[in-house]
Amino acid sequence: MGAISLKQVGKTYGQGAKAVEAIEGVDAEINDGEFVVIVGPSGCGKSTLLRMVAGLEDITTGQIAIAGRVVNGVDPTDRDIAMVFQNYALYPHFNVFDNMAYGLRIRKVPKDEVQRRVEKAAATLELSHLLERKPRQLSGGQRQRVAMGRAIVRQPQVFLFDEPLSNLDAKLRAQTRLEIQKLHRGLGVTSLFVTHDQVEAMTLAQRMIVMNAGRIEQIGTPEQVYGAPATTFVASFIGSPPMNLLNGQATAAGFELGTQLLPLPGPAPRHGSLALGLRPEHTEPGTEGDPACWPLRVDVVEMLGAERLVHGHLAGAAFTLRIDGTLTPPHPGQTLYLRAPAERLHWFDPSTGQRVEAAR
Amino acid sequence: MAKVASGAAPAAAGPSSRPAGSSGTGLNWLPHLVLWLGIAVTAFPLYIAFVASTLTPQDVAQAPMPALPGAHMVENYQAILIQGMKGTYLSPPVWQMMWNSLLMALIITAGKIVLSVMSAYAVVFFEFRGRMVAFWMIFLTLMLPVEVRIVPTYEVVSNLKLINTMTGLTLPLIASATGTLLFRQFFMTLPDQLVEAARIDGAGPMRFFKDVVLPLSATNIAALAVILFIYGWNQYLWPLLMTTDNRLDTIVVGITKMIGTGDATTNWPQVMATTLLAVLPPALVVILMRRWFVKGLVDSEK
Repeated sequence: MGAISLKQVGKTYGQGAKAVEAIEGVDAEINDGEFVVIVGPSGCGKSTLLRMVAGLEDITTGQIAIAGRVVNGVDPTDRDIAMVFQNYALYPHFNVFDNMAYGLRIRKVPKDEVQRRVEKAAATLELSHLLERKPRQLSGGQRQRVAMGRAIVRQPQVFLFDEPLSNLDAKLRAQTRLEIQKLHRGLGVTSLFVTHDQVEAMTLAQRMIVMNAGRIEQIGTPEQVYGAPATTFVASFIGSPPMNLLNGQATAAGFELGTQLLPLPGPAPRHGSLALGLRPEHTEPGTEGDPACWPLRVDVVEMLGAERLVHGHLAGAAFTLRIDGTLTPPHPGQTLYLRAPAERLHWFDPSTGQRVEAAR
Repeated sequence: MAKVASGAAPAAAGPSSRPAGSSGTGLNWLPHLVLWLGIAVTAFPLYIAFVASTLTPQDVAQAPMPALPGAHMVENYQAILIQGMKGTYLSPPVWQMMWNSLLMALIITAGKIVLSVMSAYAVVFFEFRGRMVAFWMIFLTLMLPVEVRIVPTYEVVSNLKLINTMTGLTLPLIASATGTLLFRQFFMTLPDQLVEAARIDGAGPMRFFKDVVLPLSATNIAALAVILFIYGWNQYLWPLLMTTDNRLDTIVVGITKMIGTGDATTNWPQVMATTLLAVLPPALVVILMRRWFVKGLVDSEK
């Protein structure tokens, strides 16, 4: 039904020497009814990709299909999609009812059917008492719900969300996130959601697409992306604070970092130049004098409430560590001893940034 | 209508609330004094005109002229409105001149608004070859007011056999860049996402224009209409040049023709009565459209 298929999709702005490749060779399959989040830093092309699916941007190369139909040349009107915009893009002179009904009226849906669908959507989104209001009389959260209502009443094959939560305050954002999840569970419509916020991505996604510089870095479930990042970019982008990455030489003796040698809990996947990744939350406390432990010189300690972040240096490289907030905090200048569990270590090729699987 | 008017009230109150804030300085009388002086300077000639329009020609010729209204008001206005001026210039009745002026002003207003809204819509929302060229061509006409291009314009209108017609009177005055410029600036403030939302909702260009752009421009259109109506009503040079048939005289042209030249005497009470009648419609338009006018200038509903 509402599956989306992207085949070698590319987008180039400008021509000739001045051409800028915004998106290159993107391949992705989104199953019917799936909730997929596209996440990446600003300027990575994620919004452009979404707008290409919507038909608001031309496709330079490749092919986009929605529900089995190639839509490259199809107008947004005829793609059977609905979109929720970042600034909601409500019609300022229409009231809430008309905002939601407008698309249906243009499509010549019978009047009583329009009435029925809008009222149903309004009830779902708790907007029933606001139908007569104009958008400027609504709060940000309410406007956001109207924008979603406008998408729902159309009963499209695909929902497209372009950073719909970024104009909301933190509390409302968390709440709306839950509502979107609930809504998706209820309607089961294929959804493509763009965000730069990794928390949104992790919490909403059934599968996520991590993008950087116009390319897909990794596609996978939140667990896969967090547990086995495919590239150093994904490793440092997903997770907060980001994964520690240490560039050094793997040898039979351990991991050479500058002049120092860190002992490894297990063998490195190969010898030579490698990047070692370890998440701040995945270290274990060690004891002084234990030869398998890594010494960390503490620089700064940050209190976050439930936990503390310890920023320091490990053999000359910056390293961050997350510890329980109830423990006695280390003080700057102190040396901590860490243990790195073998199954928590990630290895990457430093030249390509690609993940290197550890030999098990 | 009532709803819109009530919405305009706070907007109209906005600017006036600022001077009120300075009441603490004890200089409250100063702005009032300046305003009253301004009113006196503006209103005094109008008062003299009114007094003159109620006298006989002999009374007006006296020096000094009486300062209080006379008893001939009804008779003067009746004569001028229904029969027109009798003298060297046989004017049509003033009601007909007012009708000519009204028609001309309304056609110019409507024509300019339709033309400028549509041209601005094309320039802002569509990508086509020569879009910027078209825009700059329109923009350049700002430098060529009617007076500058009056001879070639006359030639064109005369070749089109439009001399002494209402079409010839209004058409050259309709082409204008100011309206296009105003709407272009307004349209550019509409967010792109609104356009995109409408595209996804299935609204084509005409539908979007009718359902979204026009309603959002309503206050701008009203403000521009007030300005253009007065502009059209006050046109003098072009109608003077264009019409040789007295029946097509507008009231502004009529007044100058009423003033006798050379040895001919002028019936000043009747001229003054005509003048006051000429002031009335623009004043009414401004008073009636005041709320919309202010709203259009200060506030945009986005």
